[in-house]
Amino acid sequence: MAAARVLRGGRCCRRRRLLSSSAGGRPTVERGERQESAGLGFSPPAHSRNDWIGPPDKHSNLRPVIFYVPPEESPLERRLREARQEAQACDQRFWARHNRAFCQEKEEFIYSRLKAKGLEMRDETGKKATLNAEEMADFYKDFLSKNFRKHMQYNRDWYKRNFTITFLMAQVALARALRWLRWKKKNVGN
Amino acid sequence: MSAARRCSPPRALAGLFVWRLKNTGIRQIPCQFVQLCHVANDRLITFQYFNFLKRMYVTQCNKDLSQRAKPKSDSVASPFRELQQLDQEKKVIHKIRPISPVHQPLPEASISNELREMKSAAETEDSVAAVRVEAKGDRQWKEMKLRLDDLPGILARLSKIKLTALVVSTASAGFAMAPVPFDLTCFVLASLGTGLASCAANSINQFFEVPFDSNMNRTKNRPLVRGQISPLLAVCFAASCGVPGIALLTLGVNPLTGALGAFNIFLYTCCYTPMKRMSIANTWVGAVVGAIPPVMGWTAATGSLDAGALLLGGILYSWQFPHFNALSWGLREDYSRGGYCMMSVTHPGLCRRVALRHCLALIGLSAVAPVLDITTWTFPIISLPINLYISYLGFRFYRDADRRSSRKLFFCSLWHLPMLLLVMFTCKKSFLEKEDKGDLLGESHGRAMEIRLP
Repeated sequence: MAAARVLRGGRCCRRRRLLSSSAGGRPTVERGERQESAGLGFSPPAHSRNDWIGPPDKHSNLRPVIFYVPPEESPLERRLREARQEAQACDQRFWARHNRAFCQEKEEFIYSRLKAKGLEMRDETGKKATLNAEEMADFYKDFLSKNFRKHMQYNRDWYKRNFTITFLMAQVALARALRWLRWKKKNVGN
Repeated sequence: MSAARRCSPPRALAGLFVWRLKNTGIRQIPCQFVQLCHVANDRLITFQYFNFLKRMYVTQCNKDLSQRAKPKSDSVASPFRELQQLDQEKKVIHKIRPISPVHQPLPEASISNELREMKSAAETEDSVAAVRVEAKGDRQWKEMKLRLDDLPGILARLSKIKLTALVVSTASAGFAMAPVPFDLTCFVLASLGTGLASCAANSINQFFEVPFDSNMNRTKNRPLVRGQISPLLAVCFAASCGVPGIALLTLGVNPLTGALGAFNIFLYTCCYTPMKRMSIANTWVGAVVGAIPPVMGWTAATGSLDAGALLLGGILYSWQFPHFNALSWGLREDYSRGGYCMMSVTHPGLCRRVALRHCLALIGLSAVAPVLDITTWTFPIISLPINLYISYLGFRFYRDADRRSSRKLFFCSLWHLPMLLLVMFTCKKSFLEKEDKGDLLGESHGRAMEIRLP
């Protein structure tokens, strides 16, 4: 797990899969129970059979999802849920780290520019001094070019994950539809 | 379970309450409201009734009743490119004071009154505080369950319906400018097909950009970001719009228009959307995407790709640059953090130069229109003031390079295009004149007479 944390955001998914498969440390969830959601400060009501989506995370701006584990979850459905959980964790890690880096570097940039201008971080009234958009433009350009390769890698991973999850959703939906049709046929026959 | 036992009294009261409301003949409350009452569970009671433009929510939380008035913000959103919601939704929270039932209470007060009675009858302590589900509200946890009532709104936002409407209107402009007799059926089919194709393209674009949209202020309230719809459903919706749309264009209009529509969807979803994160050339690709709809309108009318179609496409192409470059000037922070490669971030000088260049190009293109026999010579003359004005603002943006000049240029572009297209249409060279010019006397006059009859 420590190794996973050290990894760069873009490659995290591939390694995480390797780690979990090698260590066999996939978090086991009891059928019919909710995935562990203590860290999110919310538990969905017990009677609900759907996933729940929360407010945006303050670091990553992504909305966390608490997945419902049905008691009769099929292997395909389990694969889908785990893919979604993994994707969520990956995205959360990438964006939280990325946004924190952005804020930190922005502060450093503002500080260095203010110092160069001979100003303090806070002016006479105690308000935090800021630079205008034109002065910040250099920082934005720099930050974007510095993180370009990281973004390229993340993009590739994101597209792959998105397609995989959507395809799995399609398979699950099809399987459920066929199950329902078989049940209907059986009932009509009776 | 105590919760189960408490099921009946609130429901019975809810039933009575609904009966009473029905009998007092409050017509505003729609059927959905009645439906909501019946499905209200014993832990939370959420009522919704429509009051012309406002939606009022009466919610129960923490043993307190509060009424929240939330004006509908959708109607004030900009039709173009989804501007940032600068005016935040205003939330007004009123505490409902207990009103004696002897008075003639207002509908709102009577509802809250009844709620108080019901609430006191069915009080639960632990579960209410833990579970707070509001119909709207960004800070709450929401069940990811698709409600059919919400679906039209969700799909409208997914397909960027306002932008689609603009795209369809540019296609209609292309159709109207074509030098052929107006065919209503063809016009309707072309507009419908273009609209469906645009919905499909916009849905796929949102499907591809979920985590990036979450991180930008302008786009963080999109349906996929908020989990209101699943990615699978978004793709199915896109397919169910795109396939009939292109089929309609190919079979109902002509294959050329269908091919252009399909090509445009491909260009937007598979070229522009990924390129946004790879290279600044995405802006040029995006400009072509914006230029194709009027070309489609023209080819729908005439069946061929003439110089006129290309000119109209050229005008839309040039217009995209002042419009988008000015908009992107104010979004540099979000683009930088989100990893979008935009000229305004990486090549600010180029950004402003290109915007100015294309403002001037609009003047040139307007002058070419009469040469190609699309409009009379009045068009470049009448359109000169607005073209000069946008060029002036483009120049100011180029020189000042600040937020103020970028906003002025952007807002100018919003009215400049519709006005230009309108002027173009009013100055359209009647195809009758063209026919008369090129024809011989005698039979040509006869033919012309035929055409003149409505």
